[in-house]
Amino acid sequence: MKPEELKYTKTHEWIKIDGDTAVIGVSDHAQHQMGDIVFVDLPKVGDRKEKGKQACVVESVKSAFDIYAPVSGEIIEVNSKLSDEPALVNQSPVENGWLFKMKISNPDTSDLMDWNAYSEFAKNEVH
Amino acid sequence: MYISNTEQEKKEMLEKIGVSSFAEIISCVPREFLNPEVNLPKALSEIEISKRMRELSGKNRRILSFVGAGVYDRYTPAAMKAILSRGEFLTAYTPYQPEASQGILQTIYEYQSSMCALYEMDCSNASMYDGSTSFAEAVKACLRISGKKKILYSAGINPRYIETAKTYLAEDKQYIFEEIPLKDGITDIKSLSEKADGETACFLVSNPNYLGIIEDIESLNKAAKEKGILTVCSADPFALGALKTPGYCGFDFAVGEGQSLGLPMSYGGPYLGIFTCKKEHVRQMPGRICGMTKDKDGKRGFVLTLQAREQHIRRDKAASNICSNQALCALGAAIYCALLGPKGLKEACMINNSLAVKASIELSKIKGAKLKYSKPFFNEFVLDLPVRSLELRRKVSEKFSIDPGLDLGHLGKEFENSLLICLTENKNESDIENLKKAIEACI
Amino acid sequence: MNDIMKFDNELSIEKSRPSKRGLHFNCPACQTNIPASHLRKNEPKLPELSEFDAVRHFTRLSKYNFSVDTHFYPLGSCTMKYNPRINEEVSALEGFTSLHPMAMDENAQGTLEIIYDAQERLCRLCGMDDATLWPVAGAHGEYTGILLAKKYFSVRGEERDEIIVPDSAHGTNPATASMAGFKTVNLQSNAQGLLDLENLRKSLNPKTAVIMMTVPNTLGIFEKNIKAICDMAHQNGTLVYMDGANLNALIGIIKPGDFGIDMMHLNLHKTFSTPHGGGGPGAGGILVKKILSPYLPKPKVEKKDGKYFLSDDIPHSIGRIKAHFGNTQVLLRAYAYLLKHGPEEFAQIAENAILNANYVKASLEKIFPPYSSQYCMHECVLTPPEELLKNGIRTLDIAKRLLDYGFHAPTIYFPLIVHEAIMIEPTETESKETLDAFIAAMKKIKEEADKDPEILKNAPHTMPVKRLDEVLAARQPNIKW
Repeated sequence: MKPEELKYTKTHEWIKIDGDTAVIGVSDHAQHQMGDIVFVDLPKVGDRKEKGKQACVVESVKSAFDIYAPVSGEIIEVNSKLSDEPALVNQSPVENGWLFKMKISNPDTSDLMDWNAYSEFAKNEVH
Repeated sequence: MYISNTEQEKKEMLEKIGVSSFAEIISCVPREFLNPEVNLPKALSEIEISKRMRELSGKNRRILSFVGAGVYDRYTPAAMKAILSRGEFLTAYTPYQPEASQGILQTIYEYQSSMCALYEMDCSNASMYDGSTSFAEAVKACLRISGKKKILYSAGINPRYIETAKTYLAEDKQYIFEEIPLKDGITDIKSLSEKADGETACFLVSNPNYLGIIEDIESLNKAAKEKGILTVCSADPFALGALKTPGYCGFDFAVGEGQSLGLPMSYGGPYLGIFTCKKEHVRQMPGRICGMTKDKDGKRGFVLTLQAREQHIRRDKAASNICSNQALCALGAAIYCALLGPKGLKEACMINNSLAVKASIELSKIKGAKLKYSKPFFNEFVLDLPVRSLELRRKVSEKFSIDPGLDLGHLGKEFENSLLICLTENKNESDIENLKKAIEACI
Repeated sequence: MNDIMKFDNELSIEKSRPSKRGLHFNCPACQTNIPASHLRKNEPKLPELSEFDAVRHFTRLSKYNFSVDTHFYPLGSCTMKYNPRINEEVSALEGFTSLHPMAMDENAQGTLEIIYDAQERLCRLCGMDDATLWPVAGAHGEYTGILLAKKYFSVRGEERDEIIVPDSAHGTNPATASMAGFKTVNLQSNAQGLLDLENLRKSLNPKTAVIMMTVPNTLGIFEKNIKAICDMAHQNGTLVYMDGANLNALIGIIKPGDFGIDMMHLNLHKTFSTPHGGGGPGAGGILVKKILSPYLPKPKVEKKDGKYFLSDDIPHSIGRIKAHFGNTQVLLRAYAYLLKHGPEEFAQIAENAILNANYVKASLEKIFPPYSSQYCMHECVLTPPEELLKNGIRTLDIAKRLLDYGFHAPTIYFPLIVHEAIMIEPTETESKETLDAFIAAMKKIKEEADKDPEILKNAPHTMPVKRLDEVLAARQPNIKW
């Protein structure tokens, strides 16, 4: 997966959609902002998540960040490697540090941004 | 007053601030609220305070007390008192700047380690307020983890702990508390197996239980685990110098009242809430945790860690709102453990138990008196008397300056004549003799 | 920090030697009734030390520590004032410490009288009607207070489930609200760091149970509209809770009860000088107006015919918030402090606390821009100058460098609404000389930052350890031996 091929949310999640399943993680920009990730509180497989609602939490030493579901659906897999190696989110936010996979129930993705739009969005957000 | 500035200095400071009077600084405060009349007595001098407080302490009657029920008359080692009164510990605050707080942080680490050792659990936090609030927080953790609503608790738990847990769960009326009755003074394991079901979040038990009896916590935990529910054991840390541990038996959470580790009774506090859990639940632990790490040069050091669980970061999503804890009491417990060591603590346990056994034998000789249960106890036992225990307690206290034990009428009608009598290392055989004589004289 | 003492952070367990003991007992003839099946299988891994070993171990550790007794400790919002020694002495009298919490009332008259009188004095100081001193910490008090509100509305048959918390509030406020099952509604402060009345009006609705206010707020600024805020809340049927963490700014000169607040908590370990003990124990009583009296936790200390007693007769009580009465020994210290101060003396506390904070602010504001230009109350919030931030110096670096100069760091990165906040609360017990030394150190640090920023980035240099790896600590937790 290349960052350029992914879709993004305004809350800095990336999503890769393949048919009715999706892989979700946090953007490289976001992991930089968060600093060293020390823990990922992964969702449970089988949980239903609503679009825009909290799906899991990523913790750095002094902060906790809510990760929101970019689409509605059911959690079908989580990246269990992160339990022992949360640093993967920093080292490889897309390839090895993805967070969870979902079975999408509503394929409306019209509000997601492509790489160019997101890059622009992220740049403007930094003061 | 404990103010350092002189009038001259105050003038200089006002000048620097650029105002002519203090009133100008607080001009933002609406006038109607400023300098109201405060109806308080005149200030006392230090000498007067010393006298007054001695007078008031004298109004507490000094009596020989055999009351326990979760708070114990322990000996506080002189060395422990001396270390606790050191200003460097006493007047520090939460170790927010670890480089300037290595002393406190290391003592927290040693405290956590000692509690894990006593309870044979994986993780301990840096302390909670007391045994009952620790207990309540453990119940809350179980509800969060399981997502279920039914709480099964042994009738052998201190009723005040259950009341506290209920207050802590006041947010949601859907929680169901269901009691597992006692049989011959211990938790009825059959009833536990019957009542535990798919809706049950957790099972709660206390060891020794409120009546002083040692529970078979291993079998109880096993029975609960067979139903796949979480388990919480509230155990007296002092007794764990000798008794089988919650960790060994496989409990998910183990909590306790740390007052038992040499802290004074002081009419309710400050005490020490011990909170321990299995490794897999560490993220559900409320409060502060200290961890060992390295500094830039690779040297050993200590920091507060796993902080993203806490209120100052998580705010409304924190597991608990706890901020200040009982750090100095935790330090006291760590010192107590270091002074006694494993052998001293076991010996102290045996002294407590031996004295209680001795007392139970002697007091059962009183005409009409009888032990309520035949099960092994730790350092407290229930004695049934031919009279109402509340009246007896009043009488013995008034006539002999002895508090013979806690009257148990609050547990129900069948306890109206029962006294819960506690022995600790601070008592001796002649105290038992005096207690016996006093009770005999009053029935 | 300790040139005369070599740093040694060996653990007590590492110093342990088999068969050493610090405390021995004279064993009576042991006759145990505990069967082997109830005994523990493995000896607990506790240190085996002589008494002397233990005393030296812990005394050494005490030296690797900043404290109020040894260092200026300007930790904002924590009120690190001097802890008078008379408080220690009288609270440790055996008549107090040996009292069992379930002692009969007639045997506990001294302690009960103190609790009763302390409640009364605190109510008078704050302009409130009733009190409970059960809660053992500020956050415990907050929780108690919010439960009072919950009970109040439930008895009235009103369903309200929202609590308004300004964004400048202590983290315990929103945490408490959600712990009690309320939804937190975050209220943005305006540019001056004050509550915006228009914003509040919009947030108030029939569901709003409580608004939690900190007065003065965490920026050290007095909410000048506090009366209007209370009125607006009351018109909506909403209760006003005051976080009393910053009471040191008001004590003796302003009674919070006069604004119209309905309840407040006290941090006796802040305003009333009880020592912080490395993180606790504290004490956090709740004061209320009459309307909330019927819901106070039980039992309550009452007085009849000159006798004090615990009364369980509170039909609408929220119940028991802890097995036994509060942190009594802490209350005794606070009581001694109450005795030491009359109305004039209390007013002097607030006056000098405010004076000291404004003096620090006025002396540093040219270099470290304050968040607000108006006069502060008992604490001020400063920020690092832009040029330092541009050079990669952060507030954390300044804080760490202060340690090298022998000052505990102020509260940093709080309130959250101020970028790179430095929150300084000197308290009334510090002298001008100490403040001048602190001011000089801050100025020196600014100079150092300009000339050689690395000094700051690598600070502290003189502590027993250098900066610690918190990421390692969190990723691979080592929390016991």
